[in-house]
Amino acid sequence: MILHYLFRRLFLLAFVFIALTVFAFSLGYLFPGDVLGNFTGLRNISPANEMILTKQLGLEQDYLQQYLLFLQRLLHGQWALSFSSQQNVLTEMLLVMPATLELAGYALFLSLLIGIPLGIVAAVRKDKWLDKLISTLALVGFSMPIFWWALLLIMVFSLSLGWLPTSGRLGVLYEISPNTGFMLLDILLSDVSYRQQALFDAIRHMLLPAVVLATYPTTVMIRFTRDSMLDVLDQNYIKTARAKGLTRLQVLYTHGLRNALLPVTRQVGLQFSTLITLAMITEVIFSWPGIGRWLIDSIYQRNFPAIQGGVLLVSSLVILVNMLTEIMHTLFNPLARKF
Amino acid sequence: MKPSLCLSLACLIAVATNGCQPDSGNIGVSGLVYCVEGSPESFNPQLVTSGTTIDAISQHLYDRLLDIDAQSGEFIPALAKSWQVSPDGLSYRFILRDNVAFHHTAYFQPSRFLNAEDVVFTFNRVLLPQHPFHQTATEYPYFDSMEWRQLVAEIKAIGPMEVEFRLNKPDSSFLSTLATDFSAVLSAEYGARLLARNALMELDQLPVGTGPFLFRQYQKDVLIRYYRHQQHWRQGSNLEQLVIDIVPDSTKRIAKLLTHECDVAPIPRLAELQLLSQRKDFVVDVQTSMNVGYWAFNTQKPPLNNVKVRQALALAINKQNILQAVYFGQAEQADSLLPPTSWAYQKPAVADPYDPVRARTLLAEAGFAKGFSLDIWAMPVQRLYNPNALKMAELIQADLALIGVKAHIVSYEWNTFRRKLTLAEHDSVLIGWSADNADPDNFLRPLLSCASAVSGSNRANWCDEHFDNLLQQAVNTADLNERRAFYLQAQQYQAEQMPLVPIAHSKRFQVRSSNITGVQINPYGGINFAMAGKH
Repeated sequence: MILHYLFRRLFLLAFVFIALTVFAFSLGYLFPGDVLGNFTGLRNISPANEMILTKQLGLEQDYLQQYLLFLQRLLHGQWALSFSSQQNVLTEMLLVMPATLELAGYALFLSLLIGIPLGIVAAVRKDKWLDKLISTLALVGFSMPIFWWALLLIMVFSLSLGWLPTSGRLGVLYEISPNTGFMLLDILLSDVSYRQQALFDAIRHMLLPAVVLATYPTTVMIRFTRDSMLDVLDQNYIKTARAKGLTRLQVLYTHGLRNALLPVTRQVGLQFSTLITLAMITEVIFSWPGIGRWLIDSIYQRNFPAIQGGVLLVSSLVILVNMLTEIMHTLFNPLARKF
Repeated sequence: MKPSLCLSLACLIAVATNGCQPDSGNIGVSGLVYCVEGSPESFNPQLVTSGTTIDAISQHLYDRLLDIDAQSGEFIPALAKSWQVSPDGLSYRFILRDNVAFHHTAYFQPSRFLNAEDVVFTFNRVLLPQHPFHQTATEYPYFDSMEWRQLVAEIKAIGPMEVEFRLNKPDSSFLSTLATDFSAVLSAEYGARLLARNALMELDQLPVGTGPFLFRQYQKDVLIRYYRHQQHWRQGSNLEQLVIDIVPDSTKRIAKLLTHECDVAPIPRLAELQLLSQRKDFVVDVQTSMNVGYWAFNTQKPPLNNVKVRQALALAINKQNILQAVYFGQAEQADSLLPPTSWAYQKPAVADPYDPVRARTLLAEAGFAKGFSLDIWAMPVQRLYNPNALKMAELIQADLALIGVKAHIVSYEWNTFRRKLTLAEHDSVLIGWSADNADPDNFLRPLLSCASAVSGSNRANWCDEHFDNLLQQAVNTADLNERRAFYLQAQQYQAEQMPLVPIAHSKRFQVRSSNITGVQINPYGGINFAMAGKH
């Protein structure tokens, strides 16, 4: 049964990917400029090369053939070259991707760490002043434009107090060679005399962007946990447990939490796409060298192959993560299994 | 995700325990961070003219045969410990310094000290088309504008440590050319190594020089990392590292200064100067700089081909007003192309005054009593010599309206702007010039000679035989007084003909943290950290 379910999910996934690649393929025609340049990323192609490339890309054949060749190139890692650097777009993205994942990972972690307990507290103290305070804060955080919040934090913590740096991932004087692309890991793996200071410096750099990026998902977590908890607390089995004489804490822990957190795990996956979108803005403000900043720079530079590749990679990632959390959610939650 | 989750937990604990400590600074790494506005185009000064690139590379990586003393403006020995000019002014001999070491890097290990071969290799690259590295670059802009190939006949090694430059005609600005940041000396041995490996492009990408710092790492749009050159022939810097941090946004650069992520940064926006000069932990260095901001008329286009019209336009603009509004009083009014610090400058008897009434009369004499309409092109970028060309254009527009001339302001994206300027599509343009060396020739020739009207830096498209003759006579003589007389005539003639209106000579501002010492700003461009220290 489970296999059947997984198979259906994977089938859906494959279908979504096909739609996505068709879209990316059509961008090559929809972007301004010549099609050959958009697909290869080469500029000033000589007539002789133009012949060879046209043949290679199958541009003289019908669209279906062209699309299949395009798909083949994608699978072999032969993505187009970036207009600005003349390097493979995929290679470039894999270099900047870890920075974004790192930032998004810490932000997500922060939002779980803060959001879930606050949500539970708010639910337990429903309609008391603590609940009202938490809910108000969550609403404020939810409605705040992220760029404004980021600039506010920079003004207070960097410019006025001088505690935290304004941009980058690490003080430029520390020379850490990028092995994995994840800064903290790279520092721990590196062999330099100033490892401790570098680690501390990297954390200082990460603090503001992570807090800014975590703000929105935290508020979502608070509201979601609170609602889900209230639902659960209203159930008959909770009342029964209370009637049997269990303490509030025991009920909350053994019967409430487990059931209330199930929908929250699903929410984590759904938040990922929002997180990536917000990460782009955060990266631009804090000069964080991740995929978001890279994509936005590409848009400024009218770097079509880069935009095409970026859209494809980022949306694939988002879809993949969504699908994975849904599968996990189904496996953990018997009620959601509608095999 | 799991290991990184554990890691972040570790980090949180670390932050919680350390969190409220004041800034611990960069203990364990000593170095200086210089924040600049853009990435360099190349790592070889021979190939570029942009100030951004020169600031980021030339004084750090390379040395020149001779330097200019920033205070006195005199030549001082650098890689050449002495030199001799023949009486006819056609031959220059340089005796090189002994035991000058090239950089020892991961990609090149020198086996010998600097000798004559290196100097010949360096300058022949620009001169000789058959030089193996000549074709790797499409142009040598500074040397092309100096007509280097017409000027220099031959460069040869006389002995192991002696080099001779033979010229086709005397040129008294030749030593100045050799002292500019563009005349950096490269390693012939490195060139040979690259030739053997068939990796010619690396000469300009992975630099090897004799300068106070050696190249370590470059990430486009992020940073350049230099380390100290231990065996530098001058008593070197005590900085372990020099990092050039690339921060294009000027607001972000100021923010990074305030948080001490940058130690030194140039500031093009004078409005920010006040904010910084109030703080005790910063020092604002003011340096007179050899530059001029001007308004050039396209003298090939009617009605601007008429001298009287040009004179009228020059009389109509209120320069004092511009100095206040655009330069915030941090510039001197220009009454010649040459700044007052130049030895060939003389204050004119009548500084061209602001006189709209006379301007109207002149226009009427020229047959434009009812005025005419004119485009003013304003450059879209901030430069030292003109921090806000659009604002300047608006002020000029208002001034011109008073004499009945209707002005339209035009601007394009910077690369398009320059391309269209070269095609001479403009009526008039607000732009400027920063000198590369102290010689007056470096202002007058690139901006107003016939040769530069062809090569494109003469934005007035002004080609005047008399003026060109004066410039030529001036470089043909070595006698300073005679030269000065020619230049005075040339400036006077230019003021009469008015192909362009000089507007201001701006000062150069550099902000540094007060714990940084020994930063030298060169009035002719580059910045030097060889003597810099951090306390």
